[in-house]
Amino acid sequence: MTGEPFEGDPIKDLLPPGAVTATRLADGEWHRLHPATPLLRGGFVFIFIAGSFISSARQQLVDLLFGGPRARDDGDPLVFITANGQLPLALLAIAALLLLIVVIFYFSWRVHTFRITDEVVEVRSGLIRRSLRKGRLDRIQGINIVRPFFARLFGAARLEIDVAGHDANVRLDYLSSANADGLRRDILRLASGTRQREAASAAPDSRSFVEQRLAEFIAPELDPDLAPPESVVKVHLGRLVGSILLHDTTFTLLVLIAAASVGSAVTGRLFAIYALVPLVFGLGGFLFRRFTKSLRYSIAATPDGVRVGFGLLTLSNETLPPGRIHSVQVRQPILWRLPGWWEIKVNRASKSNAKGADAQHNTTILPVGNLDDVLRVLGLLLPGTTAESAQVLRRGIVGSGPDGGFTNSPRRAAIIRWFSVRRNGFAEIPGVVLLRRGGVWRNLTMVPEARVQSIGMTQGPIDRALRLARVHVHTVNGPVRAELGALDFEVATGFFTAVSNEVVEQVRSDATHRWRANDSAA
Amino acid sequence: MTGRLALPGVDWRRVSPRYVYVDVISTSVFTVGLVVLASLPAYFSAVAPWWILPAGVLVIMLVVIAFVPRRVRAIGYQLRDDDLLFRRGLLFQRFVSVPYGRMQLIDITRGPVSRVLGLSDLHFVTAAASSSVSIPGLLVADAEDLRDRLVALAETRRAGL
Repeated sequence: MTGEPFEGDPIKDLLPPGAVTATRLADGEWHRLHPATPLLRGGFVFIFIAGSFISSARQQLVDLLFGGPRARDDGDPLVFITANGQLPLALLAIAALLLLIVVIFYFSWRVHTFRITDEVVEVRSGLIRRSLRKGRLDRIQGINIVRPFFARLFGAARLEIDVAGHDANVRLDYLSSANADGLRRDILRLASGTRQREAASAAPDSRSFVEQRLAEFIAPELDPDLAPPESVVKVHLGRLVGSILLHDTTFTLLVLIAAASVGSAVTGRLFAIYALVPLVFGLGGFLFRRFTKSLRYSIAATPDGVRVGFGLLTLSNETLPPGRIHSVQVRQPILWRLPGWWEIKVNRASKSNAKGADAQHNTTILPVGNLDDVLRVLGLLLPGTTAESAQVLRRGIVGSGPDGGFTNSPRRAAIIRWFSVRRNGFAEIPGVVLLRRGGVWRNLTMVPEARVQSIGMTQGPIDRALRLARVHVHTVNGPVRAELGALDFEVATGFFTAVSNEVVEQVRSDATHRWRANDSAA
Repeated sequence: MTGRLALPGVDWRRVSPRYVYVDVISTSVFTVGLVVLASLPAYFSAVAPWWILPAGVLVIMLVVIAFVPRRVRAIGYQLRDDDLLFRRGLLFQRFVSVPYGRMQLIDITRGPVSRVLGLSDLHFVTAAASSSVSIPGLLVADAEDLRDRLVALAETRRAGL
């Protein structure tokens, strides 16, 4: 222990962060995290181990003290220690260990600090292996507030700042719950480039500690200052259950179970059933996660982008600033045709979603919704949509044929697009390319032109023979692939030329990396 | 009329004809490996008809090698005002247009055969893995010039993601 590692640093407060107003955390100085941080980050494992040790040792202790029958067991460390009269020494060792752990926790909390300036957010941590993480504010792809169940009991929350790149998120865990919301607002304000300083009026909360905790626990995703509390889409429990029952994965699962049952009945052996067990667990787990992660879903527009929240025990609530969505896809699993439901997925530049249990949700923006829900969400994701372009979007989702501005595949493409030749096509609304595909599994892919990385056009021998070609709109990686095959080769060439010119134009005029830089100081 | 893709009014810059040797050598090495692999069933089973497999592979690969000069001539690139245009492929044609501002980095690599012939490959990397623009068979000096020019162009058109 080298004493005070950051002596002379401008850490002024040893007060709990709860006593600090939100704006003070983003003042460019170093600050510490919530005091319960070490406990929340790793302490529970320790308590769990200690608890299980005590519960298993309890019987031994009782027997030892009262001369029970098990005191003669050989090989048990507790018996050994007491038999040799080393009990005080052992207790001393345990106490020393506990003290050491507490000291380490304390110092690791002291050196774990963060700073938010006008340009970057920085986190430094580590007693022996020091680490410093820096994220540039104009590269922020989203800010996520996660409240795991245990952290909620302590009124703590984790702030994850996603920066473009693979696993490039900066995590502030943990902050007090109220601070997390305020700090997100401050970071977004700094990142947005607005010159307008919002009056940070953190009104002193007159409620008691318990009342505050309770209020946060019951309604933690509400941030009354910023978000319009009502979500534009409500996912009812019945629809959620229905959507999972009718999902392609459920369908596959049932087909496999039926096939295995038939196979076992015919052959009279059960090996087919056994082979299915891991698969059932895998797919069933996927569906269960999908269910729990879609509960209490909400989506709303804020001045700093779209806010998506979900979760039952662990709550997550993410703000995506404008221009951080690289492509959007509306799609429909085959059985969802009956009730007319759709889901929306997006590609994003941050890949922190690859790990953790939220993997599905960082790319699924709408788990299930009907056509009106879809159009409302698209209105949030693709800003600048007018009533006219909403009509084009609607035709893109459910329509077919050339009406509504869509350029379709030629009739001869029916040889390779049996059911979708009339749907297969593209259109353009201001600033967005639309690719419409699929007669049975219908989907519509939308790519904002300012986010396009490059445009491609390919042709294989079959395309050549049919005088067709395929166009690609390359965006950052994710679940959405924006490409469209079976277009007339001259139409494809026209698309390639027009869209690549349009992309250059849109990239030049794009200013979303500082999305409120032009706001007047109103 | 043919259904071949073409971009009118583009004056393609071609890669060095020496790249043909690089391509022929690497394709030949690949062919030898493939033929050996395809011969294994015939060798171990000692059933004569299995030899059709390696023979067929060899014929196909010889045709592929015979077309190498034409495939190399089909590789082209052009620096337009705002974007880099790239094409390659004969049977499977591919055209890509990348705005300069989308450049994340430029990589120059040289394989053993390329090094002997004084050639390098230039890779233009964007935030999308599927862009994959790599111009092979450039003279070393040309590749470095091109890199510097592309970096300078990207600098004047810097954009976010």
